[in-house]
Parts: sequence; structure tokens; C-alpha cells
Amino acid sequence: MSLDKETARKVARLSHLEMSEEELERRVPQLNTIMNWIEQLSEVDTDNVEPLANVANIELQLRKDEITDGGDAQKVLANAPEETQGFFVVPKIVEQEG
Amino acid sequence: MTYLIKGETGDWEVVIGMEVHAQVIANSKLFSGAATNFGAEPNSQVSIVDAAMPGMLPVPNEHVVAQAIKTGLGLNSKINHTSVFERKNYFYPDLPQGYQISQFEHPIVGEGVIEIDLPDGSTKEIGITRLHLEQDAGKSVHDQHPSKSFVDLNRSGCALMEIVSEPDIRSPEEAVAYLSKIRMILRYLETCDGNMDEGSMRADVNISVRKLGDELGTRAEIKNVNSLKAVQQAIDYEVPRQIEIIEDGGKVVQETRLWDPAKNETRSMRSKEEAQDYRYFPDPDLLPLHVSQEQIDEIKAALPELPDQKKHRFMGAFGLSLYDASVLIAERERAQYFETAANGNDAKLTANWVINELLGALNKDENKAITQSPVSAEHIGALTALISDNTISGKIAKDVFAEMYKTGKKPADIVEEKGLKQVTDTGAIETIIDEVIAENPDNVAAYKGGKDKLFGFFVGQVMKKSQGKANPAAVNELLKAKLS
Repeated sequence: MSLDKETARKVARLSHLEMSEEELERRVPQLNTIMNWIEQLSEVDTDNVEPLANVANIELQLRKDEITDGGDAQKVLANAPEETQGFFVVPKIVEQEG
Repeated sequence: MTYLIKGETGDWEVVIGMEVHAQVIANSKLFSGAATNFGAEPNSQVSIVDAAMPGMLPVPNEHVVAQAIKTGLGLNSKINHTSVFERKNYFYPDLPQGYQISQFEHPIVGEGVIEIDLPDGSTKEIGITRLHLEQDAGKSVHDQHPSKSFVDLNRSGCALMEIVSEPDIRSPEEAVAYLSKIRMILRYLETCDGNMDEGSMRADVNISVRKLGDELGTRAEIKNVNSLKAVQQAIDYEVPRQIEIIEDGGKVVQETRLWDPAKNETRSMRSKEEAQDYRYFPDPDLLPLHVSQEQIDEIKAALPELPDQKKHRFMGAFGLSLYDASVLIAERERAQYFETAANGNDAKLTANWVINELLGALNKDENKAITQSPVSAEHIGALTALISDNTISGKIAKDVFAEMYKTGKKPADIVEEKGLKQVTDTGAIETIIDEVIAENPDNVAAYKGGKDKLFGFFVGQVMKKSQGKANPAAVNELLKAKLS
């Protein structure tokens, strides 16, 4: 499988990465090198092998349902380019979430 | 009854599936220790995990996991021993991570089925496809500034359960009944408060139409359907829209549409199809979630009686109709009230009084909840007991009830104070009958001459003279004897 320029353009757009034509020209072969390497990995027979989530054999740690954080809006807003009355302020968005 | 919409080219069937987002009742968020209270000051309940500061690690809340399992069991669904958190990638200012941690290929809860109660008194089974855990997004405020939006991340990272149904729903009524039943189950389980006004329960409705027997049509996903009424209205708007498109030779576009309650219409939300490309992949910050059978069994053993179990028990043990049982189980507190009132009394009679008189009165009284009732369950029970043992008639009981509602007094005290005790003493009733006969010689003659209808007149006169207190059965019997 190889990646064409249109797919690369689409992935860039979905990732909100701005790429010029020249950059796309340069990146597509690079990305294809990685793709080919992954392709090679799929030659290994993995039937009946469970996906491996980690190599240390550890379990997901859960926490108790306790309030241990939050309560400091100023800290959260400290790096915001713009804020007002405790809100982050961003350019107006018309399209809705998905 | 099959619900079909008439089009120009024939009858159309409506196919609906629903996605319900339910905020999990928990003190803290799905992956952080920030609080989850509704209506707090903006950004006052935000940890640096929720604000997606670099390097932060999400750690799942064990109580939220237990709540999801509990809900899955309440939906008669399979609990998966292994589930996986994945990243759903999209950009929006109220989603600081740039992705939502959700579950995709391996949800915590798999297939199940629930029963819905329809207005015509029938029931129907609706399949549950899955329930998965995910983070909620923050909230954007668009109307405070002409060119800016304001973002509050308090809701960001709160735990949501997304409950997905099979496309088994065939009418707006079924959709409303489904959503009501889901809300009822969540409230019984105390895993979500079900408050649609506050957005802690939200619904997306997937709608398509087809000719009977055809393959499934292309669906539109309607978002922002945030009340039972809106579900009905959104379907009523969307179905004719799709039929019109198809009958005019067009094609329904698979898209997300927004329900606008102010304009009473759905409208397209996205133009670019690729915006739907979420590029899910397992979250490398989170290992798979394992749930043991012991944990599932423990939660199962502690489940409360669920609405449908209660409904069937009320029908079986108390002989109530499906309708009465459905009304009584609609709220856990209402069912509890009824059971307390019916304890040791005629259950059917008690059900009638709770449903017709009490709920009616509460409705008229600013739509009060049963927990605010001025009449206690014990007092309603005592009132039905007074009817059952013939101390008062059903008619007098209505007056007693009105007084109970006003004063909160015991029914027996009201009956005593106002002297409303039913007269069953035949001697006393006979005296009244004799008076009535003496006062109405013309009617007596007419009755004896064959005007049978006048019997009702005599009953009325006797009841009036007794101030409604004479036992109606005794009056009938004695009158018949005297007049024959």
C-alpha cells in the first residue's frame, strides 16, 4: 500500500497542518518509506495472537471517585491568549462539534 | 399498530435508532479529580488533565466504571470483560485535547434489550447495540460577543455513557417511549439524573425512511434533540423532508443535522463529508480496561428492582392493568408511595386513588412531585381502607380527600369531625325513605303506575336528605322494598 498525494493532503487537512505543494511533494515519499516498513511488519503471521498493550504486564490503574483537583480557574486560564469573566475567549465558531 | 406515512408514491415506513448521552453520576470526572457540579463558576472545575495541558495522564475513575457496568446490567446487556479507550480525533475549541477519549471497537457494554410501554397499552422490545464510556466536551457560548466565542471547560472530561439502540424504533411515539424508558432505568439505577433541561441527558436521533419491505434507507443523524417533546417534533419534521426528497427524484444525504427548537426544523450542520473522519486509534495513555466476573456479579447482586420488573410484579401481585402499573412505576418515588399506601389495603382501589385523585391534584397544584404531596402514603391507604370497610362511600371519600389535600389531616379525623360516616343502619335509612315517600305522593303514584325511571329520583332524594352519607346499596335495596 502506498500513500498518494491526495490522501496526504486530506490527512494534513484533518490534522490542521498547513502544507504547501512543495512540502507535500517532499513528504509523500518520506511517508511512503514508513508505510512500506509497516507493510513489511504485516507479513508476520499474527493469527491467534492477542494484541499486546504493554510489555511490562501491568494492569490499568484506576482511582477513587474523589475530588482532588480543579478549583483554580486562574491557573487553568494562565496561558490563555484571551480570557474574560473566567472564560477562554476564542474566535467565533459557527460549525458545531462532531 | 404500524405507523406509516402517506407519500405521493405510497406508504413509507420510518426507521429510527437513537444515541443517548447520559452524564454519569459521580463526584469527579472520568479521568481527573475535578468536580462535576452543574452550574459552577466557569472553569472552576477544571484540572490540568481536562484542560489538556501537555504531559498530563488520564487515570480512570473506578466508580464511573462501576456505574457503566450497573447501567449495562439494567439494560439487560452483556458486560465485556475487556474494553479499550480510543481517541476520536476532531478539532473544536471546547475540546482542548483535539480528541475525545471514547470507546470504539471494544465498548464496556455490548448487546441487550429493553421493553418500552406504548400509549395504546402495548409493549415492544427495542435492542440495545452497546454502551460505551467517553469524555464530555466543554461548553461554548456564542451569543455574548459579535466575533468571539467563550469557552467553559467545567463539563470537559465529565463521564458520559453513550447508549446506542438498534434501528428498531418505528414511530415518534416509540422514540419517545424509548427515551422515557432509558431515563427511567437510569434514574432507578441512580447512574444518571436524567435531567434533559440541564443537558445531563441528551439524544441524537438517526432517522431514515423506506417503502415497506425495502432495504434500509440513507439516514440523517439529528443532534440537539433535548426533550421528549423535541424527539417527537424532530421526527415529525424530518420524515416528510426525506420522503419529499426521494419522491422528487433526489437522494437523502447521509449527514448530521441540527434540531432547532425555536424554528421547529432540522438543518444541515456540516458541508464536508470528511469532517466525519475521526481516525480512531487506541489511546496510548490508557491500557485496556479489565472487569472481572466477580465485580460484575457483585454489582448485579446489589441492583435495585428495575422499572420493568416492578411493572410485572405490580400486574402479577396486585392485579393492576398494564396502564396503571406503567403510570405507577414511571418514577421510583411514585412506585414507593403506592406500595406504602397499598400495604394491607385493596391494591387496585389504592392504585385508582393514587393515579386519578392524587396525581390529578398534584398536577393541578403547580405540577408538584409526589415527594411534595401534602397527603402521605399512609393517609391514602387509610382512606381506601375506610372505603373498603364501608365507613364512607366513594363519593364522600372524594370530599374527604379534598380536605386531606388541604389540611394534611388523617382521613378518620376528617370523617369524625364532619360527621361523614356512612349510614348503614337500616332503621335510620328507612326513616328517611318514609319521609321522602310522604313528601312526594305524586311521584310515588307515577312510579307505581309504571314510570320505572323515577327510581333514580327517589335514590337521589334519599341521598340528599342523608347528606350523601347513606350507604347507596342499602338505599337501593330498602327503596325497592318500600315502593313495590
